[in-house]
Amino acid sequence: MENQEKMTAQEKFIDYAKKSIETISSCDSPRIKKLRQEALNRFIDRGFPTNKMEKWRNSKLLECLNQDFNIESIENKKHDFCCVIQNLDAEVVTITNGFYSDENLKTLSSGIIIGSTHKAMQEYPELFEKYFGTCNINDDNGFYDINTALWKDGFFIYAPKNIVAEKPIQIIKITDEDNSPFIQTRNLIIAEANSQLQIIDCDDSIKEQSSFVNSYTEIIIGENAQLENYKLQNLNDNSSLLNTNTIKQLANSRLQTHTVSFNGGKIRNNIFVDIDGEGAECNLYGLYLVDKTQHVDNQIKVNHNVANCNSTEKFKGILDNEATAVFNGHVYVAPNAQKTNAYQNNSNIILTDKAKISTMPFLEIYADDVKCSHGSSIGQLDQEAMFYMQQRGISRENARMLLMYAFAAEISNNIGIEALRERIDDMIKRRLKGELSCCENCVFQCNTPKEYDFKIDLSKI
Amino acid sequence: MLFDIKNLHVSVGGKEILKGFNLSVNEGEIHAIMGPNGTGKSTLAAAITGRDGYEITEGEIWFKGKNIMEMSPADRANEGIFLSFQYPVEIPGVSIQNFMRTAINAKREYQGLPNIAMPEFVKIMKEKQAMVEITAKLQNRYVNVGFSGGEKKKNEIFQMAMLEPQLAILDETDSGLDIDALRIVANGVNQLHNDNNAFIVITHYQRLLDYIVPDFVHVMYDGRIVKSGDKSLALELEEKGYEWIKDTIL
Repeated sequence: MENQEKMTAQEKFIDYAKKSIETISSCDSPRIKKLRQEALNRFIDRGFPTNKMEKWRNSKLLECLNQDFNIESIENKKHDFCCVIQNLDAEVVTITNGFYSDENLKTLSSGIIIGSTHKAMQEYPELFEKYFGTCNINDDNGFYDINTALWKDGFFIYAPKNIVAEKPIQIIKITDEDNSPFIQTRNLIIAEANSQLQIIDCDDSIKEQSSFVNSYTEIIIGENAQLENYKLQNLNDNSSLLNTNTIKQLANSRLQTHTVSFNGGKIRNNIFVDIDGEGAECNLYGLYLVDKTQHVDNQIKVNHNVANCNSTEKFKGILDNEATAVFNGHVYVAPNAQKTNAYQNNSNIILTDKAKISTMPFLEIYADDVKCSHGSSIGQLDQEAMFYMQQRGISRENARMLLMYAFAAEISNNIGIEALRERIDDMIKRRLKGELSCCENCVFQCNTPKEYDFKIDLSKI
Repeated sequence: MLFDIKNLHVSVGGKEILKGFNLSVNEGEIHAIMGPNGTGKSTLAAAITGRDGYEITEGEIWFKGKNIMEMSPADRANEGIFLSFQYPVEIPGVSIQNFMRTAINAKREYQGLPNIAMPEFVKIMKEKQAMVEITAKLQNRYVNVGFSGGEKKKNEIFQMAMLEPQLAILDETDSGLDIDALRIVANGVNQLHNDNNAFIVITHYQRLLDYIVPDFVHVMYDGRIVKSGDKSLALELEEKGYEWIKDTIL
């Protein structure tokens, strides 16, 4: 036992993997079994990334690895956690401790199939052979390895050709394990040609316990297909979350993602998009509102591998207290990707001397006929505007709120699902007033929905 | 008396700018304050409205019988003091409609009144917009964002019309205006002017005073008023230049 305590996270994982990989991979196809074994071998060689690596230099996520995590006895739990977004008609599914709540796959009336990754792998082996593990990894590191080697479950969403979803699918991921679990979640989203999907991916805490979630989602967007992916993160201050989306876009497809981080101890969002078909477009939006010692890191990479595609990255953040954030945006334009249109922007408001942001928008262009721009800004609340508003009778506190809300709303205004936009709007207001934090039952407090009211009406700015 | 400044001394960054400024304003009056650059005109506006960084080292400011020196900028505004900014500030993301509604409701709350009803608000907004000849749809435009110099100044007068202050200070509202905009702005002021309110028009040139006719003209130099008179003083000043003032006081 004493010996156990001295083991590093890497050693613990290797020890666990060696004795359990056979069981974990018992249902796998030979190809997936091989993927696991190769990933484990790589992990044994290189372990977790370190702060010496460029992409991890300012990350605080790695600090969490020193905790004594439970990686073995993590179980699926059933409970009556409910989470309802008012006025939103969605197909709601839950994932607890990385396990999908329902054992059986479900075919919705539209023809879309949703369910557990583990189960889907058994029932749709041909889809798994075709799509699983095919997205460009982009940031090839130990977290990817350990997820690929040891994943047990996650969510699977499949929109067959020409199918248009009737309503959004909301996935609620919660952690309910007292003993500092380290959870690997593996997800697969397939939107075949001409299909349309809206996914709301929520990470919530229901208790104050510490946890580490390493979630890896592959997303394939077929020709002319459309996907909206909303990520909503409202976790307790002891949580660590690594949420990776690797996305492959085919010709004329449309992707819109919103990554909204309200609360969370340490969060890193990786969004890697490979645009592999002409005429495709992706719009990546992000908003982070952090305080205390919270940390949010957004790593975005868009690879324009072919010509005639558009991409937009727009991330905004407000940092209070001693919060820290990182934004690394990278647009790569391949030599033959002419007529690429890429825009990249990160703006931040820093409310205190101790909050910190490290921002690096980056363009890597090998084609000569492209339109690419990038920018970033870090500032405080505009004092001129503050005084101007106060001179019109608006109190200092409300002027401050109005400015912060206006800043954040530029991102939330792009949310395509009205009920969700209203919900997020409401959450932004509560967050800015310091009234939204992780509560005992649920951060959304959906049992007692209330119309949140500012003294000023921020709703129609 | 509506407004009274007694022996006001104001320092900015440790440097004294206003050095014993006195001014009394009654209801219904229009006062013009003229003077060369750097003489403290904008500092006066900032001190009256309670801007940070303008330290009052001596003197008093009274408004409607209340000493306002300890009041927050918002409270002073809600008491009825309005400043038309020399450089109106752009506020991206905040629409004029919401800005005005928030401001009006702040004032109403200060007065113990309920929020303004939306139809009434829309009606007033249309009315006041017409007064300053703003034809563009304002409600969804962000405050001053992308406005021309003339539009910004018209927008200041529009806000003044919406808030109906008892004391309005126009800080170089004429600067950067062409003759048409100047006429519109002046017209707005004249329509708002009544027996219960007062205006302090800070300006560099006599031109604006052809349109907004002052009851009193004060000439400021080196942080205080050195000469007061009626509107003919402005004409004399225009003719003889500020050097004349320097010569007369030294």
